[in-house]
Amino acid sequence: MILLGGKNATEKDSVGAVVRASGHATLLHCYQCGKCTAGCPLAFGMDYNPNQIIRLLQLGRMKQVLGSRAIWICAGCWTCTTRCPCSIDIARVMDSLRVIARREGQTAQGRDVASFNDLFLQSVRRYGRVFELSVVLGLNVRRRRLFHDADLGRFMLARGKLRFTAEKIKGVKEVRRLFSRQGAPVRTRKERVKE
Amino acid sequence: MKIGYYPGCSLESSAKEYDRATRLVARHLGIQLYDLNDWNCCGATAAHSTDHFLAAALPARNLMIAEEMGLNVTVPCAACYQRLRLAHRELTENEATAREIAELLGRPYQGKVRIYSLLETIAGIGLDQLAAQVVRPLKELKVACYYGCLLVRPPGTGCDDPENPRLMDELLLAAKAEVLDWGYKNECCGASLVFSERRLALRLIRNILRNAVDAGATSIACACPLCQTNLDTRQGQVNKEFGTSFAIPIFYFPQLLGLAMGLYPQDLGLGKHFIDPQRAIKAVGG
Repeated sequence: MILLGGKNATEKDSVGAVVRASGHATLLHCYQCGKCTAGCPLAFGMDYNPNQIIRLLQLGRMKQVLGSRAIWICAGCWTCTTRCPCSIDIARVMDSLRVIARREGQTAQGRDVASFNDLFLQSVRRYGRVFELSVVLGLNVRRRRLFHDADLGRFMLARGKLRFTAEKIKGVKEVRRLFSRQGAPVRTRKERVKE
Repeated sequence: MKIGYYPGCSLESSAKEYDRATRLVARHLGIQLYDLNDWNCCGATAAHSTDHFLAAALPARNLMIAEEMGLNVTVPCAACYQRLRLAHRELTENEATAREIAELLGRPYQGKVRIYSLLETIAGIGLDQLAAQVVRPLKELKVACYYGCLLVRPPGTGCDDPENPRLMDELLLAAKAEVLDWGYKNECCGASLVFSERRLALRLIRNILRNAVDAGATSIACACPLCQTNLDTRQGQVNKEFGTSFAIPIFYFPQLLGLAMGLYPQDLGLGKHFIDPQRAIKAVGG
């Protein structure tokens, strides 16, 4: 039986946090069969394979895991979870790692993914639904590549597939309330000052 | 049959034709769709990658609305479908989260709503019934049915076998299409990764297109706005990146069912595709 490792108390705690957040103490049961990696459509682009991420977690190497590119390359296809013989919800572990990395400001390896998620949620918070155009353009502005995918934009425009105005749903206040918890992502300036 | 309808954000803009075809085909088959009142975004990948609570709370509001309307829900978008199913599970299994969401929204969720994918809802009327509506058999159509990830995974929330889903195959067989066996029916298209890590996602899209074409497909059928948009609109970029020459039309499955039922291609939004599907439509006499 491998116990949670970690060089120091902080690392031990943070691995415990992944276990708690993903609700899967079973991550200790991984015996490195590698099925998750064999089925992962994006392993070719990762610095650590999914099975290596799990092993690093068992060893308590949290810093290494949070600084990896792998956790941001994961597209959330759930193939790993589906095939794991130990019933580890690896996709959910990856989610938890992104949540923790974002909370700790460690998004350097997944800058664009994190920006996309932020812009997406900002739109949901503002309108209650996602306004696709603002998310895509917002990402281009942040990345200083205004004409990225402009070819597709022109096509979508010609086919009437772009909406130019966003309408708020009536219950937008309810949706905003869901964002109002302490520590919730996408806070308003006022909330940030308060915290 | 009466059922609640949760279109999701994509079906209001980039996947308008999926919405249009769904409503037409449903009406034709006697399925009455009731839009959920004032529904909100399910949060998609952005929410579950950022905050576990939001990932359950955003879909929860929609489930409460459906419960108030006294309806089950059908969902055309694979991503929305999975988020609603997982939120239902979280709300019925995790009391603390359910209580907190109920407090924030000022109402409880009793867990009465059943969530179905559009594939299940249409299959639910019976394959014989469906076949009886076919006036324009899709005999000349060699189609690869593409399910992607979120309709079938994780197991327990998926609407079909996670490794070899068959629902869409059955529906299109009822419409007399030539449905192909192929290996990438449940592989990942990269989804929203295409916006942030385009080169990686293009490779996944290339693999799917290549496998379909190698199997002899002249078209691909989808049940997800992200899958369809990635496979359809990115073919030009794939060809540029990999020196390929793909030009295979990507349909939403209700568009094909609609064609088979004799509905007009234009009404089914078939003029909105990046890869022109005219040849495939002509081949089936549309």
